[in-house]
Amino acid sequence: MHAPDSPPTRPTSPGAHHPSRSTAPEGSRLSRPALSRRAVVLDAADLRRAHTRIAHEIVERNHGADGVVLVGLYTRGVAVARRLATVIAGFEGVDVPVGALDVAFYRDDIGLRPVQPLGPTEVPVDVAGRTVVLVDDVLFTGRTARAALDAITELGRPRSVQLAVLVDRGHRELPIRADYVGKNLPTKVAEDVRVRLAEVDGAPGAEPDAVDGIEIWGPDEETAP
Amino acid sequence: MSSAAAGRHLLSIAELGRDGIDELLGLSETFVEVNRREIPKLPALRGKTVATLFFEDSTRTRLSFETAAKRLSADTMTFNAEGSSVSKGESLRDTAQTIEAMGADAIVVRHRAAGAPHQVARWVDATVINAGDGRHEHPTQALLDLLTLRHRLGTRSFDGLAVTVVGDVRHSRVARSGVAALALLGARVTLVAPPTLLPESLDGWSCVTTSDLDDVLPETDVVYLLRLQRERQAAGLFPSVREYTTRYGLTVERAANMKPDTVVMHPGPMNRGIEIAAEVADGPASVITEQVTNGVAVRMAVLWWLLGSGTVP
Repeated sequence: MHAPDSPPTRPTSPGAHHPSRSTAPEGSRLSRPALSRRAVVLDAADLRRAHTRIAHEIVERNHGADGVVLVGLYTRGVAVARRLATVIAGFEGVDVPVGALDVAFYRDDIGLRPVQPLGPTEVPVDVAGRTVVLVDDVLFTGRTARAALDAITELGRPRSVQLAVLVDRGHRELPIRADYVGKNLPTKVAEDVRVRLAEVDGAPGAEPDAVDGIEIWGPDEETAP
Repeated sequence: MSSAAAGRHLLSIAELGRDGIDELLGLSETFVEVNRREIPKLPALRGKTVATLFFEDSTRTRLSFETAAKRLSADTMTFNAEGSSVSKGESLRDTAQTIEAMGADAIVVRHRAAGAPHQVARWVDATVINAGDGRHEHPTQALLDLLTLRHRLGTRSFDGLAVTVVGDVRHSRVARSGVAALALLGARVTLVAPPTLLPESLDGWSCVTTSDLDDVLPETDVVYLLRLQRERQAAGLFPSVREYTTRYGLTVERAANMKPDTVVMHPGPMNRGIEIAAEVADGPASVITEQVTNGVAVRMAVLWWLLGSGTVP
């Protein structure tokens, strides 16, 4: 139910490509204290506004939407990228191509933790010469974004690459920053940022208003170190 | 995924089970996409070494595994029994341990004796992959067949699918692994062959048998032709190649009795004009080329699953 940047596997869902590859094993997680919800950071309406603002910023920064391709990182980044494309089509009248990128094989922690691809990479256009906007839900250590840079340049040489995220929760371990941020969210490392999006976390056909939200979960006080 | 940690070797279809098969096929789709790229290469298994240890000729299977390993950036070692220390009397055990001592993380074994890869797995710490052992199993062939069927049929469910396997089932590891996998996924399998080429016992086989191909062909969704080994004729198991073709070959006339969407498969190498007519092999019903293409993706999935996806032991 969460998608921090650091764990290499993100849970799939009924809407994901490989339902059989259910959830991350994450042995390390077993030793962690139980988490409980600390705060609801963004509700469905906040998320809608964040998408709207980021979509406008992307078009403004790039002087239009021509030559832009939105590439979502599995799993929730793909849903965010599709939403951004819908918003852009609404106010700019341009259908921005949307792709899906799997970064598993480019991670730097292969062999250190269980790593599984979350779906086939599908980018419908040649990225060469285009502006690629990588889209993810949460920016944390930056390692996923680094792997994504390797994965996308394998497909061609973009004119430029930008990064859009719903939440920047800090704690970067690499010199990476986002160009578009829904919300800057100071967190503790031990906390989880849990993102729910209707396309991934809801039943088929679920409305965003009924599902969407971003929460911070933290260790229970009595078990906290 | 727990199954990735559990399976340090791939020796048989049965050990995978339905979940393992589903997982590997899902993983294979990722590599199908990679193989379509202009540069079909991933850094996923950098620093790993994959050795192919083949005691029986099989250029296509060996090339398929080596291509898969290279596309994942693993190093490869090739060991051919011909002209090697095996001809000087080195035992299978010494050979396998020597290859492991050179740093192989995975050993892909092809051997004429059933169970040889299982033995190797007991002797070495490296991951062992069965690339065909005697008339026992050939699991990656079964997986690539399933992947090819998924693509052609456009479905993941094989429930009730009527599959007819024609030919020398008795001596075929392809049939043994294939039938096991298809049955696990719910297909109804019929074996068609002269009684002398059917298994001595159907214990452990989930299928029915017949010797009348024309009887079952019109109701068949998938017809899988096995390679006819001519040396079986010398052994007296069938009277003549010509008679075999007349009764069991997928000729142009016979293929005309198939449903329009029946899929034709063959593991290769084909005897054109014997078990399958050239026109049928090259026709629209055939997925034989796709089988070869998918073989690389499936073997990438197997190598990644065994060497890359889990935690360090």
